[in-house]
Amino acid sequence: MNITEKILARASKNESVEPDEVVFVNVDKAMLHDVSGPGVIKVFEKLQKQGISVDKLWDPSKVWVAEDHFVPSAEKVSAENIVKLSNFTKNYGIEKHFKYGLGQYGICHTLSHEEALVLPGEVYVAGDSHTNTTGALGAFACGLGHTDMAYVLLNGKIWFKVPETLYFKLNGKLPEHVMAKDFILRIIGDIGTDGAAYKAMQFGGTGVYEMSVDERLTLTNMTTEAGAKNGIIEPDQKITDHLAERGATNYTALKGDSNAQFAKIFEYDGSEMEPTVAKPFSPQNVSVVRETSSIELDKAYIGSCTGAKFEDLKAVAKILKGRKVKIRTEILPAAISIYKKALENGFIKIFLDAGAMVGPPTCGACCGAHMGVLAKDEICISTTNRNFPGRMGHVESQTYLASPLVAAASAVTGKITDPRDLN
Amino acid sequence: MDRFKKIKSIVTPFDKVNVDTDQIVPKQFLKLIQKTGFGKFLFYNWRFNSDEKPNSGFILNDPKYKNSKILITQDNFGCGSSREHAVWALQDYGFSVIIAPSFADIFFSNCFKNGLLAIILNSKIVEKLLKIQTEIEVDLENQIIKTDTEIIPFQIDEYKKKNLLNGLDEIALTLKYQDKILEYEKKSTISSLL
Repeated sequence: MNITEKILARASKNESVEPDEVVFVNVDKAMLHDVSGPGVIKVFEKLQKQGISVDKLWDPSKVWVAEDHFVPSAEKVSAENIVKLSNFTKNYGIEKHFKYGLGQYGICHTLSHEEALVLPGEVYVAGDSHTNTTGALGAFACGLGHTDMAYVLLNGKIWFKVPETLYFKLNGKLPEHVMAKDFILRIIGDIGTDGAAYKAMQFGGTGVYEMSVDERLTLTNMTTEAGAKNGIIEPDQKITDHLAERGATNYTALKGDSNAQFAKIFEYDGSEMEPTVAKPFSPQNVSVVRETSSIELDKAYIGSCTGAKFEDLKAVAKILKGRKVKIRTEILPAAISIYKKALENGFIKIFLDAGAMVGPPTCGACCGAHMGVLAKDEICISTTNRNFPGRMGHVESQTYLASPLVAAASAVTGKITDPRDLN
Repeated sequence: MDRFKKIKSIVTPFDKVNVDTDQIVPKQFLKLIQKTGFGKFLFYNWRFNSDEKPNSGFILNDPKYKNSKILITQDNFGCGSSREHAVWALQDYGFSVIIAPSFADIFFSNCFKNGLLAIILNSKIVEKLLKIQTEIEVDLENQIIKTDTEIIPFQIDEYKKKNLLNGLDEIALTLKYQDKILEYEKKSTISSLL
């Protein structure tokens, strides 16, 4: 069995499982945020009307809640949803509620690894499609709709069809100036936005294990854009260290067997990877940066669970140090712990000296909510994950998805720029 | 949920691939969690111009399709965000059946959780149905689609079919048997349940 199958076998108390088999699994961790939380509350209300008890959750200690999409509240409906969420966690005894502006807070998929809320070998489900991100820790992590989340919260179980696994092997290190984002965009360009529909995407090879934990999270994060059920990487010492630094040592990590089966293996040569962008209006519409370098930009956005982790900000700082941005540049660290670390490392001063704006942690403009949405005809280069029409604002705005290095280099020149071509 | 009955209706041909849930319900409506009324936000950016007047060029605004209950579309419908609001909007607008060569995973699951029938048909048949101008009938019980000239069979998971036909809510159904499930689990391992 490969790692995905091993985790699903463990969680379903089966000795082994095979692709396409349906298994009923025990969930280890579950998460809601300020969009899926109110959605689940609505499902609970419906169930209650049918005479079904929704008095208590299966295990409040395994559930955590983040406020990230519509925070800080821009208007009263969002503000009321936050109140609703607070009442929910209070009523159900959920203690891990990361309240906006209170201690640690930020984007849910960032908190999951920053706070070691999910551990290797676990089954983790949440009411958000980018839940796949957390698979980089060696967990089975996937997103669910509101009804399924309501069911999990009440029962602690859910059924899954064991997905087939596509294995993406990166042989050799990525060259300087090429990041995990370039690699995953290249993959999505190759297989398409439904190329991994209901499949697991596993990453491995020397190039992947050379990557930092933050970089690996970019790979699994964007498996959602290929339609994947989950993204996963077998954990190594870097993951063990990352979790130990956060006080998490008590878990059983799983790895695939030496004879693990994959539906298909894709091999990539690290040295051949290049800075890459996804052009409007699909993550599969990829091109190498040097072929799009004539595109003039209005704005650069560095944010989201995909592109505002500590290593992402470090890459941006490397480019912006001693340089000035030529277009509006908005940098929103993905969690307050990352913001602090960026401050301690001098990145925030570099950003401000370059003329960029530094904003609070939030999903913000990535989902077009607020904090820098785009006007009609505006063109943005962004470290986020989706560039569908209207995703980041006006339906006639355009978003180019890129790595933090490409976004920062482009901010400096005002045009889409390969960081290798920067003076 | 209501019992799923035979649906006879003209089909709305929506010839687009990779329609993502941001297009089905744009972000500004996600914070709203009222029980009904999401239909007015369906395909908002396509249905309405920037002055919020209907875009006459958009297929749903063609009076011909006003009462259509069946949407025919292309591959990977419902990709992107997991928002269940997308299903609520399609249903509230009046659709009971969505037909496509493939659906995105979370969206597909959300459909059946809310009683919306999502049918997967091969691309050639979908191409043909996209051009059909007359009413068609979706007969879930017999798993067929009847057009004026032919009968097209379709596949569906038995469990999903039963729930739709009986108007059973999957979650409510399981929870109603919670005591029995727990009792059974005590006696046996989970694996033997399957």
